[in-house]
Amino acid sequence: MIRFLFKGLLRDRSRSLFPFVVITAGVFLTVALHGYIQGVMLNLIRSSANLRYGHVEVMTRAYAKDVAQLPNELALTGVGALAAELKAAHPDIDWLARIDFGGLLDVPDDKGETRIQAPAAGLAVDLFSPGSPEPGLLDLAKIIVRGRLPRAAGEILISDDLARKLGLPIGGKATLIGTTMNGSLSMANFTVAGTIRFGVTAMDKTGLIADLADVRRALDMEDAAGAVLGLFRDGRYTQERADAVERAFQAAHAGRTADFDPVMQTLREQPGMAMMFDRMSDVTSVILFIFVLAMSLVMWNAGLVGTLRRYGEFGVRLAIGEDKGRVYRSLIAESLIIGVLGSIAGTALGLALSYFLQVHGIDMHALLKSVNMVIQTVIRSKITPAAFYIGFIPGLFASLIGTAIAGRAVYKRQTARLFKELES
Amino acid sequence: MKRLVLLTLFISAAAAAFCAAQAQAPSADSILDRVDKNAVPGNKIIIAEMTIHSRRDSRTVKSKSWVQGQEKAFTEYLDPPREKGTKMLKLADQLWTYSPDTDRTISISGHMLRQSVMGSDLSYEDMMEDRKLRSAYEAKVAGEEAVDGRGCWIIEMTSKTGEAAYQSRKSWVDKERFIVLKEERYAKSGKLLKDVAVTSVIRVGERWVAERAVFRDALKQGGGTEFKVVSIEFDTAIPEALFSKASLRK
Repeated sequence: MIRFLFKGLLRDRSRSLFPFVVITAGVFLTVALHGYIQGVMLNLIRSSANLRYGHVEVMTRAYAKDVAQLPNELALTGVGALAAELKAAHPDIDWLARIDFGGLLDVPDDKGETRIQAPAAGLAVDLFSPGSPEPGLLDLAKIIVRGRLPRAAGEILISDDLARKLGLPIGGKATLIGTTMNGSLSMANFTVAGTIRFGVTAMDKTGLIADLADVRRALDMEDAAGAVLGLFRDGRYTQERADAVERAFQAAHAGRTADFDPVMQTLREQPGMAMMFDRMSDVTSVILFIFVLAMSLVMWNAGLVGTLRRYGEFGVRLAIGEDKGRVYRSLIAESLIIGVLGSIAGTALGLALSYFLQVHGIDMHALLKSVNMVIQTVIRSKITPAAFYIGFIPGLFASLIGTAIAGRAVYKRQTARLFKELES
Repeated sequence: MKRLVLLTLFISAAAAAFCAAQAQAPSADSILDRVDKNAVPGNKIIIAEMTIHSRRDSRTVKSKSWVQGQEKAFTEYLDPPREKGTKMLKLADQLWTYSPDTDRTISISGHMLRQSVMGSDLSYEDMMEDRKLRSAYEAKVAGEEAVDGRGCWIIEMTSKTGEAAYQSRKSWVDKERFIVLKEERYAKSGKLLKDVAVTSVIRVGERWVAERAVFRDALKQGGGTEFKVVSIEFDTAIPEALFSKASLRK
């Protein structure tokens, strides 16, 4: 029976091709949109964790209160001992000391006088320790535009836009004018090893990456850091895991509530992140629901139209004695076959596009030049298990329901009037 | 009737006493003239220590300054070791700083002027203030008050041009020594930005000098900055070449 129907569908493309194309297109769009939304969410979480907050972050209580100001005068001290304690308690987490700092990048002329200055927002990470995960977390090798990664003390990476603005060539010298942990003016000379494009617009305007040891020297922050970030080595962030680490830390440091005592926060507890997590989750669900509903209506309609188009055919089949139930069942079976094939084809195409975007991404940097927010300019998708079945909701079930409803007309046909209908 | 006459006599006497007191109070401008005359010397060489009480700890910075009139000053930091050799040069409304680690001389201007000097409660803008109070501020005598047991005039000042570092100030000027013993400095919004309390005054030659003072930046949470004069010499010859950018690198 199935083989017979399948042959019929293949040989009579007028009743199979249009529904198949519509279902394939609808499922493709559903799967691709699902992958894109998941990609945007995961990119936001990943970039927030890797660039700024970690999956968990330890800082002083005073720093945490004013974190938006990046107040290095309130930084953690005794970081070596703290990191060792954290590593012993949670060996599955990379514990990374970082310093966020701001200042002016001052480029001298031939006489050593200021030629040009520009504000710079710097990030100090461990670039040189053997096995340091920082270059990988920040994708430094991938985001290099010109030059190379720093190899020696005193070498930095700066954003390509900032380098061009300052007229700084690779190997060029610049002085960072900043503020030490004690609030004094500090100056430190650096050499530009390479230029980078973060793919994050705000950072691409003023960003700078330097080695932690260099910045500690420059800002008088020996054995100190703005924060110690913890990132799960497998890269998977779940609130339950982060909460467990936080609870263990708070228990180990219970009773320490002075301004300069350490406190841990999960990624969700960082400024604006809880709202982002909740909103993103809500918005994703709403968008997907609306889209799946819309596609379901389209598929349902396709099922209805496909059935109605075959009104004459059913009349002939009933007239030559085919049982109504058999006609209806064959209709449902055909719809099922087309739905399954269309859903498989659409899911495959959607997954293919999602995979391409997951691996390669699309760089929207040129379009987002004027945007001043910390957002990823490389659009990427993410394939999750749901991507393998979400397309079957509109592709299979909706079209099947549409066909089933439209197919009820078969039972309303009166054999006595069939020939009259066929004559007209 | 008798009571009414007595009351009239009392009010008249009080009014006469108030008018007499007002007549004896010097004008705000003349008080500020005396303050400027005492504070703005010809040449001076001063070694000073600033003890900065931040939220975390306290540290002391030692410096030596050569000052010529209102417009020229050269400062070299002597201690702690990290700051040793850092120099600053002020010429009129320009300020440069030299860092021996980088061998760079940087002009401090714009928003950098509002930064703290060595992490203290003093800003570069405070250091740049060279105009005489009398020429920069419209002043009036707002009353009298004792500060640490000494009679003071309370002078309220408002910036004449709006270009001063502070829109308004309220100073308590010692009636006899014409030195500011206490001062509050305000923003245009009326918010208190800084206050200064002089805790020790010494006489050097003809001048009264604030030997110790505590500066407190109201926007900071630290314990203020204690400023202490270790030694001070007036009217000492200072080579003119010192007040040049070339001398910063020497």
